Amino acid sequence: MILSEEIKKSLLAAVWFMFLTFPIMVIRVNTVQNIVEWRWKNMLLVGIAGFFGSFLGRSFFRQKEKGEKKADPNTISVAALVQKITGNQRLSRLALAVIAGFVISFPFAFSLYQINIMISALIYVMLGLGLNIVVGLAGLLDLGYVAFYAVGAYAYALLNHHFGIGFWTALPIGAVIGAFFGILLGYPVLRLRGDYLAIVTMGFGEIIRLILENWNAFSRGPSGIAHIPRPALFGWEMSLEMSTKYIYFLMIGMVLFTIFVVNRLQHSRIGRAWIALREDEIACQAMGIDKAKTKLTAFALGATWAGMGGVIFAAKTTFINPASFTIWESVIILCIVVLGGMGSIVGVVSGALVLILLPEYLRAFSEYRMLVFGVILVVMMIFRPGGIIPDVRRTYQFRKEEH
Amino acid sequence: MLKLKNVQSFYGKIQALKDISLEIQAGEIITLIGANGAGKSTTLMAICGVQPARAGEILFMGKAIHNLSPHAIVGMGIAQVPEGRRIFPYLSVLENLEMGAFLRKDKSRIKQDMDYLLDLFPILAERRHQAGGTLSGGEQQMLAISRALMARPKLLLMDEPSLGLAPLIVKQIFEIIKKINMENQTTIFLVEQNANMALRVAHRGYVMENGRITLTDLAANLLSNEAVKKAYLGL
Repeated sequence: MILSEEIKKSLLAAVWFMFLTFPIMVIRVNTVQNIVEWRWKNMLLVGIAGFFGSFLGRSFFRQKEKGEKKADPNTISVAALVQKITGNQRLSRLALAVIAGFVISFPFAFSLYQINIMISALIYVMLGLGLNIVVGLAGLLDLGYVAFYAVGAYAYALLNHHFGIGFWTALPIGAVIGAFFGILLGYPVLRLRGDYLAIVTMGFGEIIRLILENWNAFSRGPSGIAHIPRPALFGWEMSLEMSTKYIYFLMIGMVLFTIFVVNRLQHSRIGRAWIALREDEIACQAMGIDKAKTKLTAFALGATWAGMGGVIFAAKTTFINPASFTIWESVIILCIVVLGGMGSIVGVVSGALVLILLPEYLRAFSEYRMLVFGVILVVMMIFRPGGIIPDVRRTYQFRKEEH
Repeated sequence: MLKLKNVQSFYGKIQALKDISLEIQAGEIITLIGANGAGKSTTLMAICGVQPARAGEILFMGKAIHNLSPHAIVGMGIAQVPEGRRIFPYLSVLENLEMGAFLRKDKSRIKQDMDYLLDLFPILAERRHQAGGTLSGGEQQMLAISRALMARPKLLLMDEPSLGLAPLIVKQIFEIIKKINMENQTTIFLVEQNANMALRVAHRGYVMENGRITLTDLAANLLSNEAVKKAYLGL
């Protein structure tokens, strides 16, 4: 009886899918011969795929529900695994050693192309950790985070172009300017939250991009700024390969630094204020927490990392233009935080690696890669709504022992 | 201890408080009763600085606080149990309590107070590692009260602690309010719809109607007042 019910539901899903994909899968307008092709065979395929997909997906869900009722001892959740590893000293040392070994040997074992991909992934790790302060800890939905990234990149590019300021001087300057712009954005949105905040931050991101695109005298408009010097190492002349490896290790250092600082922040007084703000704004105020100050520090400290990330990005690509700082970037960074696990450092790091590396390695699927990527995102959010590695705080704990 | 002088407050053009004046002495339990929309919660929010007073004065221990921001007012020793409890849902009971002591820096005293409160509410001690959002309504109310007490307030403001609770739990909550007042000499300002219960624990009461205070007397007198009986006690 359940089976026939399931088959009925799956048939319905198949028909719905056939209807939805009808315009793109069945109709094809041949513009050369001015005729319309009707590819009915595709409809049949969609129908069959929809039917089985729905049927399998549903049975999978049922099993998952069953599994939740009596936890299957054979499957260990990723979060539990991570907790186990970090909890056990020997295991955690071993894991750290393996990761360190991989990280150090990576640039010598792989091609320049691979190293470049890894560098951009590491930049996104930094951006993700920065946005994690705003979104994951303080609970402020920020869709304009890329603006600070752009500010950092342009700060280095312009300062270098006009005043010949080097990378290492520009890095802290980028951080400060990023923080300044964070406060600039923070002030007008102090009273906003949720979807309203998201819209305003999104607008802010677009404003920065449009300014950079249209103020030719200042930013050279869409043609961008070229010949940005790569980071220097005591005035050494470096080949492209050397320089890339150097940036790679620089990025590793920056990521470690970010993780260290964010971890410390999370457990500090201000971190607790952020968490209170995220959980309940009214209660947060009732605890005597300065709401305005807390929000502004979240925006400022989040933007700091984007500013630094921007400086490194400019130094890595040696060329920037406004096209690198569209809203799509903000969305990707937000995806990193949400998909990785809000508020969890390990989660955000793995989220960034998955989200940035996956599309690169999916190039085998050529034009379908973004489709596959989208499907993976949807499936991920269904099966791991808390992220790849959720924040431990968010899982309820029932401990017996005394505190 | 707390003094309101001709306080007026507006939501846009609508006047919610019309010349509110009241006074609370140290060590008292004062209750403010009234019907829905009378302005009880607005009065409380005006004291907290959340809903600013447009005219009039609010003095706490002789200092004007009506121009201070909400966190500064908490810093002066006014803690609140917000309406609807407002527990931090994903934080554990202990973490919720720690948040209450956010402005304090004396670690050992904080620990002492926490132990005292967990003693006072054994059910919270039992659930110390459970997330606040998973507690029942009554437990959440106890947590909200303890969280406010973690700030070691001179004055405790409570907005409808009986809201949405079973009669038996309400009785328990009011007994606790009385106990806190007696053991710690904490001054309590209690805003309540449940006039009957509130007047039984309070020393004095104010009755509010349409943004005005219409009556004030000893709680016992208000309990036997014919008008109050008819309007608020349903007798």
